[in-house]
Amino acid sequence: MSEVLTAPLVVEFPFTRSLGPVLSAFLTGLRERTVLGVRASDGRVVVPPTEYDPVTAEEMRELVEVGSSGTVTTWAWNPSPRRGQPLATPFAWVLVRLDGADTALLHALDAAGPDAVRTGMRVRVRWAAERTGAITDIACFEPDDGPAGDGRPAGHRGEFADPVTTLTAPARLDYTYAPGRAQSRYLQALAGHRTVGERCPSCHKVYVPPRGACPTCGVATGTQVEVGPRGTVTTFCIVNIKAKNLDIEVPYVYAHIALDGADLALHARIGGIPYDQVRMGLRVEPVWTEGGRFPDHYRPTGEPDADYDSYKELI
Amino acid sequence: MREVAVVAFGQSVHVRDSAETSEVEMLMPVLHDVLAQTGLAARDIDFTCSGSCDYLAGRAFSFTMALDGVGAWPPVSESHVEMDGAWALYEAWVKILTGEADTALVYAYGKSSPGDLREVLTRQLDPYYVAPLWPDSVALAALQAQALIDAGLTDERALAGIAARSRTAAESNPHAQLRGAVPAGEPLVAPLRTGDCPPIGDGAAAVVLAAGDTARRLTARPAWIRGLDHRIEAHSLGVRDLTDSPSTRLAAERAGAFELPVDTAELHAPFTSQEVVLRRALGLDAADGTVRINPSGGALAANPVMATGLIRIGEAAARIHRGASDRALAHATSGPCLQQNLVAVLEGE
Repeated sequence: MSEVLTAPLVVEFPFTRSLGPVLSAFLTGLRERTVLGVRASDGRVVVPPTEYDPVTAEEMRELVEVGSSGTVTTWAWNPSPRRGQPLATPFAWVLVRLDGADTALLHALDAAGPDAVRTGMRVRVRWAAERTGAITDIACFEPDDGPAGDGRPAGHRGEFADPVTTLTAPARLDYTYAPGRAQSRYLQALAGHRTVGERCPSCHKVYVPPRGACPTCGVATGTQVEVGPRGTVTTFCIVNIKAKNLDIEVPYVYAHIALDGADLALHARIGGIPYDQVRMGLRVEPVWTEGGRFPDHYRPTGEPDADYDSYKELI
Repeated sequence: MREVAVVAFGQSVHVRDSAETSEVEMLMPVLHDVLAQTGLAARDIDFTCSGSCDYLAGRAFSFTMALDGVGAWPPVSESHVEMDGAWALYEAWVKILTGEADTALVYAYGKSSPGDLREVLTRQLDPYYVAPLWPDSVALAALQAQALIDAGLTDERALAGIAARSRTAAESNPHAQLRGAVPAGEPLVAPLRTGDCPPIGDGAAAVVLAAGDTARRLTARPAWIRGLDHRIEAHSLGVRDLTDSPSTRLAAERAGAFELPVDTAELHAPFTSQEVVLRRALGLDAADGTVRINPSGGALAANPVMATGLIRIGEAAARIHRGASDRALAHATSGPCLQQNLVAVLEGE
């Protein structure tokens, strides 16, 4: 039995998003310690504001200023804060209806414990010390002993100096990648400088690298078949643009290579030959570097070129 | 309108961690199972549609790899939704209704084990106002549970009862991940305890749909889809009444669920509190109610995200196939706090 491989995998999302007029006004307002809402055609005040009415889909542009205190409409006690959440100590998630608003805003409430939180309690915004125009400019909410506001939102033009127009909210997710049975077997053999494909029991094609299923027949490829190490360039391209974080001089050749015994070409860089002398049919072999888990590149073997008919089905 | 039925259903054993198999290696036996049930080969299927989500395992275009398990040669007519497989089934049903296809293979799979599911699901939220706070899926469900408790619609004891009933029912479900006596546990995000939450796991499911006489030829007792509809609510939690599910009620109405009583309901309620909302919206709490709710154990017994909703339709259909139900309702959900809901009504002849 081969061991199943795993490896850490980090996926990051560095998106920058355009805000548009309503979201820009709201987030710029937070930077200026001002909470804005938007009025719907029936008079409801939506906070946080959206560009379109969630009920009627009508465009909404009439901004109003609401209070920075409000009432908890529901809550949930979070005993174990997680990465990225507003507070690092136990806190309550809350939906808060700010004074003058008809809808509720999601945020965190800094409270001593679950016994100190209830639906209907009064809370107020705790502003972050450094504000950039983001929902996190509200550091959290905190209990508020004061009376409820008069509930009448004031008109607001939504105009501020130096408005925030984009939002960059980087996000990161951490995974443990597991390639499964077939690819684990392939990678383990490769670590021993052997290239092992898998044969389809139905059409008998040998897939390299194997992915566990024959994409033509839809059945598991179970039989392992060692292929190569030599192979034939079936087609290639010349790379003229240097890739970021890749220490290879351009131009270089990237090629499809049909290893001897394989029915699918894999791709790799060709070295050890001037880029303008690489050709279809060139016979190549892998070049391993010290400690490498896969071939660094392929180089010419010096054999005569393969006959076109021998690889034309693999292009 | 054409008659369309679920003629076969299959699913994997759902497990906490399936690291030994890739997605296609996990899915392929399930595809072979449903095809074998009908005697069809992949080339006999007119339309293939799947549901999955790249964010779960962090693999871009993972569904194209999964398609290797179908054997897409000669080229097949295929589609994919980045949603629960129940919505893939909806697309396949519409395709058959148009007359473009007589048979369809629908599948869904999800591997939650490679990532941190509670964090991953935050990425489906509003990126401006909500996602930067990283509110995890349990926290959002807990806000809904507290709203239900405040409204006097449930309490912690009733929620524990739903958990116990579900996991007891799952004792006869060989595919379930969590079954039997499961302790209520500690508050995960209060008022929800670990027992109120679904297990995190990996799994896959598939169904075969067929029209009219083709369905009758493929199975002894087809589960006819009498109605199917899905509806969505606003994305902002603060504009919704979290104690109610008008989208479920409307979908059910449009699917004809209220025209005749059902004997079975498979509800996609990952959290105990969400079953309370769904039972109210679907009128399943009537005093004379003899509706069997989640005889499979539901999402509280196995929750392979992206397949859980399709499994509800499959489980309801399988009960009709074996004569244990004559008219069943199946429900699937998507998004936080039951934001989007699909209802299917299935009948035997």
